[in-house]
Amino acid sequence: MATTSTIDVVMPQMGVSVSEGTITKWLKQEGEPIEADESLLEISTDKVDTEVPSPGSGVVQQILVQEGETVEVGTKLAVIAPEGAEAPAAEETPPEPAAAEEAPAEEEAPAPEAAPPAEAPPAPAPAAADGNGGGEKTFVSPVVARIASEHGVDVGQVSGTGRGGRVTKKDILAFVESGGAQQQPRQEQATPAAPEAPPAPAQPEPQPEPAAAAPPAPAPAAAAQPEAEPGESYEPMTAMRRGIAEHMRRSLDTSAHVTSAIEVDMSRVVAIRKKLKGEYQKSYGVNPTYLSFVARATVETLRDYPWINGELRGDQIVTRNYVNLGFAVELADGKGLIVPVVRHTEGLNLLGMARSISDIAQRARDKKLLPDDVQGGTFTITNPGGYGTFHGTPVISQPQAAILGTYAVVKRPWVIQDDRGEDVIAIRPIMNLTLTYDHRLVDGALAGRFLRDLREKLESWDEDAY
Amino acid sequence: MAEMTYLQAISDGLRQEMRRDKRVFVIGEDVGVYGGAFKVTLGFQEEFGPWRVIDAPLSETAIVGGCTGAAIMGMRPVAEMQFADFISCAWDHLVTVAAKQRWRAGTPVPITVRLPSGGGFSGGPFHSQNPESSFAHIPGLKVICPATPEDAKGLLATAIQDPNPCLYFEHKHLYRRLKAEVPDERYETPFGKARVHREGEDVSVITWGAMVHTADEAAQQLENDDISVEIVDLRTLIPWDKQAVLESVSKTSKVVVLHEDTHTGGFGGEIAATIAEEAFEDLDAPLKRIAAPDTPVPFSPVLEKAYIPQVEDVVAGIKEVAEY
Repeated sequence: MATTSTIDVVMPQMGVSVSEGTITKWLKQEGEPIEADESLLEISTDKVDTEVPSPGSGVVQQILVQEGETVEVGTKLAVIAPEGAEAPAAEETPPEPAAAEEAPAEEEAPAPEAAPPAEAPPAPAPAAADGNGGGEKTFVSPVVARIASEHGVDVGQVSGTGRGGRVTKKDILAFVESGGAQQQPRQEQATPAAPEAPPAPAQPEPQPEPAAAAPPAPAPAAAAQPEAEPGESYEPMTAMRRGIAEHMRRSLDTSAHVTSAIEVDMSRVVAIRKKLKGEYQKSYGVNPTYLSFVARATVETLRDYPWINGELRGDQIVTRNYVNLGFAVELADGKGLIVPVVRHTEGLNLLGMARSISDIAQRARDKKLLPDDVQGGTFTITNPGGYGTFHGTPVISQPQAAILGTYAVVKRPWVIQDDRGEDVIAIRPIMNLTLTYDHRLVDGALAGRFLRDLREKLESWDEDAY
Repeated sequence: MAEMTYLQAISDGLRQEMRRDKRVFVIGEDVGVYGGAFKVTLGFQEEFGPWRVIDAPLSETAIVGGCTGAAIMGMRPVAEMQFADFISCAWDHLVTVAAKQRWRAGTPVPITVRLPSGGGFSGGPFHSQNPESSFAHIPGLKVICPATPEDAKGLLATAIQDPNPCLYFEHKHLYRRLKAEVPDERYETPFGKARVHREGEDVSVITWGAMVHTADEAAQQLENDDISVEIVDLRTLIPWDKQAVLESVSKTSKVVVLHEDTHTGGFGGEIAATIAEEAFEDLDAPLKRIAAPDTPVPFSPVLEKAYIPQVEDVVAGIKEVAEY
């Protein structure tokens, strides 16, 4: 449906705890026509990278936030005009009419008070006040929000000593005093992005677009980014990198990480996989990967170990009658990691598991994940074995209790018993599995029994049952 | 400087005021020959004579009504309610006439009503109340709640000289328990200026009257827990020192409002609301009110102890806020 009046495109809410997003790429430029639901831009948030579809058909009349900028949820990003509206070029040059026409709606989103037009797109501080930088829902008191806003601090980066890990006024003041605020990436991020920005928007028209342009670039640049040493170069942290950094640090600060490992003879799985592979490919177009076997067996084993699928919440131990399984997926550019979640895996057989994993991994790489796809995991599997590594100590995805690591399947000499009960050496495909668990909740013996049972399920794979 | 009890300081201030200002006279039940139920005016009748130290009939209505007329005619009466609780008998004269006279006719009504208030001695429901919030709600009245001997004397002088009806709540529990240096000469302690009783960093306790001392004991105990408590003594509720409270809130960001009066409709609610309105962005924890439960004051010593906020209650309340 073609639009009859202009439509605003705003930064979408990508999940309850996400308060801001970074524009990573405009897929359409000003003046280009666009269909409803056609992808208009790519954004990156702490939780997910995704494309934003156009809310209507028409012409991209105005792009208000440039690539590399981070803005609060609800901030107006662009305006779609009905087709045949004034030519965008003519529209841009005299900015006053456009600005005037849009003033009321345009300016309410980003900056809380102050003079609206000048502030619109940058407005990083109020977003930080939300305190959900790391995706953790933690209450931010009014004074902490104010201090965060004044100093441009992301509350998610401050470790809290208040009740339930809440960031107190003292915590954030100490953080600011220790210089934490300067390390705040957002300002840095906005500035280096400007020089790199692709030809069109930001630079050619600095005069006509004061409202949309980044804050006077030189000043923050000078303040935020020290000179690189010879041979060094700077690269701004992406929102995702920042999210990962925060989450990893917080996880290590939260859980008592311990890792146990076990060796699994995968002969039976290898044989069954070989047999199923053709059939699955042909009938369903799905590859029954080793990961789907391990995932299937893990879900089955977790049934007997609810605490490993559990969570410490305050003084309570949470257990569930379901397993939402997270899978750590590397992004195509190698610069990030995301953990999409397959929900209710307890209801999936091997085929269902293989299909779900393949689907969610593909969508993660294509940046097509929805907010719900990255939330609510109860247990995570990470698979660094693709490169031949045989051991690791992954970091738990908070607030879960454990993470399973799967490693390369390697042919190794293995002592087995032959038909007569004699020890002989055979060549067997062996895979190491690690369970990294939060020792606050899970003891070593429990983890050991879990790994033993998981190995047992894999080594004696029951084709009919799974 | 001389060391005086809280009661002696009131007595001293009143005596000085009567010596320097002939318009000042005292009226109340047994204030003359007997020297007052608590002996605040002991020896006053000998010094000032029966026309300036008047034994009134058992009628608070008559006492306040008479004071109102005398004040309108230019006198500066100081009425004593034997117990603050009895002021309800004088409600109409205070609220309908004295509080409004200046606003409707421009006539000053410089009455001071002394109100021995508060519990802690098993006085029961008629001899232990802290009815300050009822009167703080009435425009035209001023409400004074001294917590120290020095303030008791200075605030009484200010009250007597103030052109408005002033309710001077003197806490009975402090009468003879509290002793401190008090300047010999006459002085006026200004209304609406709070006193930081104790400086601290972590939690502000906003309070007045006897609770200042309960809070102080709690603060001393909390030193062991490494919690630094700031105590703001309001000294007067009408007018109250909003600025000082907001400053303290801005410093600590955590607030306990403490009073001996009952919880619902207590003046602490006004303070809490003001903080929410004007210092929202300074808060790092929900504000906590510590007050008496919404019942009459019980006779039984055990129940009374459970009723009036005790040091342990204040310690627990402050901790809760500090640890938030």
